[in-house]
Amino acid sequence: MGKIRLIIWREFITRVRKPSFLIMTILGPLLLVGGVTLVVFLGMQEGGIQNIVVIDKAHLLTNKLKETDDLKFFYEHADISDSVFKASPYTSMIEVNPLVLENNTIQIFYKSLPSLSTQNYVSSQIESVLEREKLRVSNVDPETYQKIKTALKIQLFDIDKQGKRSYDQIKAGIGFGFGYLIFFFIFLYGVQVMRGVMEEKQNRVVEVLISSVKPFQLMMGKIVGVAMVGLTQFLLWVFLTLTLGFVGMGLAKDSISASAVQDAAPQVTTQLQNQMGGQAAKFEADGDSAEQLGVMMAIWDELPVTWILVLFLFYFLGGYLLYSSLFAAMGAAVDSETDTQQFMLPITVPMIIAVFIAQTAVYNPDGPAVFWCSIIPFTAPVVMMVRIATGNAFEHIGELALSMVLLIATFIFTTWLAGRIYRTGILMYGKKVTWKELGKWLFYKG
Amino acid sequence: MLAVENIVKRFGDHVALDGVSMEVPKGRIFGLLGPNGAGKTTLIRIITRITGPDSGRVLLNGAPMTATDVEHMGYLPEERGLYKKMKVGEQALYLARLKGMGKQDATTQLKEWFERWEMSGWWNKKVEELSKGMAQKVQFITTVLHRPQLLILDEPFSGFDPINAELIRTEIMRMSAEGVTVMLSTHNMGSVEELCEHIALIDKSKVVLHGSVKDIRKQFSNATYKVEFLGSAVSFADALAFHGELLDPKQDGQICSARVRLLHGATLNNVLAATLPVAQILGVHEEVPSMHEIFIRAVSDRDPAQVAMGVTE
Repeated sequence: MGKIRLIIWREFITRVRKPSFLIMTILGPLLLVGGVTLVVFLGMQEGGIQNIVVIDKAHLLTNKLKETDDLKFFYEHADISDSVFKASPYTSMIEVNPLVLENNTIQIFYKSLPSLSTQNYVSSQIESVLEREKLRVSNVDPETYQKIKTALKIQLFDIDKQGKRSYDQIKAGIGFGFGYLIFFFIFLYGVQVMRGVMEEKQNRVVEVLISSVKPFQLMMGKIVGVAMVGLTQFLLWVFLTLTLGFVGMGLAKDSISASAVQDAAPQVTTQLQNQMGGQAAKFEADGDSAEQLGVMMAIWDELPVTWILVLFLFYFLGGYLLYSSLFAAMGAAVDSETDTQQFMLPITVPMIIAVFIAQTAVYNPDGPAVFWCSIIPFTAPVVMMVRIATGNAFEHIGELALSMVLLIATFIFTTWLAGRIYRTGILMYGKKVTWKELGKWLFYKG
Repeated sequence: MLAVENIVKRFGDHVALDGVSMEVPKGRIFGLLGPNGAGKTTLIRIITRITGPDSGRVLLNGAPMTATDVEHMGYLPEERGLYKKMKVGEQALYLARLKGMGKQDATTQLKEWFERWEMSGWWNKKVEELSKGMAQKVQFITTVLHRPQLLILDEPFSGFDPINAELIRTEIMRMSAEGVTVMLSTHNMGSVEELCEHIALIDKSKVVLHGSVKDIRKQFSNATYKVEFLGSAVSFADALAFHGELLDPKQDGQICSARVRLLHGATLNNVLAATLPVAQILGVHEEVPSMHEIFIRAVSDRDPAQVAMGVTE
């Protein structure tokens, strides 16, 4: 046991000490959060004040558009020539054609492309003015219009859970996210195990090592050591992403409230949504966003969060042990990375099938393919996560138990199998290994 | 010390070792010889418990070997290497601790070795920064650091320049003098003659020769002597009669040098008695076959009858 601890420690520390680990650990969340924040920020922020001149020959919009700190409107009632516009301090020019009420189209000419949020703001402002104008022309009372206007919402209910809205699909999506994460980690670290084994074989250090420890100890030490690297990296990512996420959200909030405070109270909501850009603008200012928040809270309440995390760890470790032992066996069987191709396919195919099935499980969690793939150990780690997130797995606790037991039994079996291929393979040089050859190795005596 | 009894090892249809037995006396340097593919590496791997035999057993000091015995063994494989990206000191420490050494003890010992071989400056270097010879020195130290009772060296001199090879040779002899049993597998017959007192020769999965170098040389001697005398070759040959045969005589004035092969159980005394009347003997010494010759003869002219005649005893 002492020796296997030494091996685990070496595998762990040499990887964690590598600059690439540090870079990946810091860069991963930075890229994720930083990238998103940067895109949102850049989309929101405009370089300086936008002075927009509106060519409004029909006098439809004049003085009806609301301005903000960074966005000023100017109105002209005759065409401005291009050269005059270029020489003017205006940043963009909106041409409102007289037929705008029929064709719902305006043209914006710009010196530098206005940001998405500017476009959205302009669009929503003009839209509401035009709507009011249309209502007036058609002689429709705005109140009546609000009543007529329909934005259909579908509410889903599970027949077994009367009285509660069902968010199964969203939860399944979250489950798929976890499943995909398992897929990603198994591959990332499975390949690291394979590389590690090949490195020892190519370095010829392996025979020195196995004169001190059993090949199986060496293999398990490597698998466990790399798993610890994976868990460490995962935890650091979670920690860093959350920290950065909160910092990013704080910054975003600050900038929004700072500009929102300037406006009159009734406008705050619209203002906020416009600042947020595209996705927020989709929702009307009638409390839908509050509902969105409510939905999120409801989902959070309904999600078996603790169980998801516990079972995520279980399926991650189980799936990783299963696959990484196969990766280790493959690394031992070949002489160089190019020889891995023929053995790579049978390992990758089940994983890819698992991801596909998990994807269909988001829309149809009760299908037979999903059922079978959540039981079969080679696909279960990915697919079962979807059923766990929707709560489906807990309604069929027998299936969950079967899936878990099978996974444990299978990784014990594959580890044993891999161990037999491994101990023969690591000492075999210059031999093109075939499947038949691998089969023979299984029956060589210790 | 180490005894191998009737080891059989098969890989599929291929028989790698076929009833191999040998004894390695304690505190001696033992040569394990044989052409490539004869089964030497397989035998070594069985002794070092890397693989197990299909049948037969390995005895250490009279008792069947156990898993913990490997901690008293040092093994330098032919296919050897180190982690390239790891630092020298750290790596040597790791390998020593895998052999069961304590961290403190291993560090002290390592520092001593590094100082003795003037390589203290290498401690924090990565292995990939070392030359091949330097890496081999590190490798040798990690093999012997834990003071093994049995040292198994597979082609230990390959990769060394003559100076470092000499360093290793001295070290092997020092350890042998301290009571360490050394098993040396090599193709370098020069070092066998210089170092080994006992050998075993494996060919085609079987032990062909086994015993002390002295005895084996005697077995392979052709009962041929180099003789120098004053007198004529012709009268010398006549006087020899049925005791022996005169070969390659070279007359240089009065002095003649030649080789004499004894015939049918004749002794050197018979030869001398017969020839003294006609020649004045200046010198006689036995022609001893080199290990190189023995190796080649044992492997290439190996006929079953000769093996049966007891060369394997």
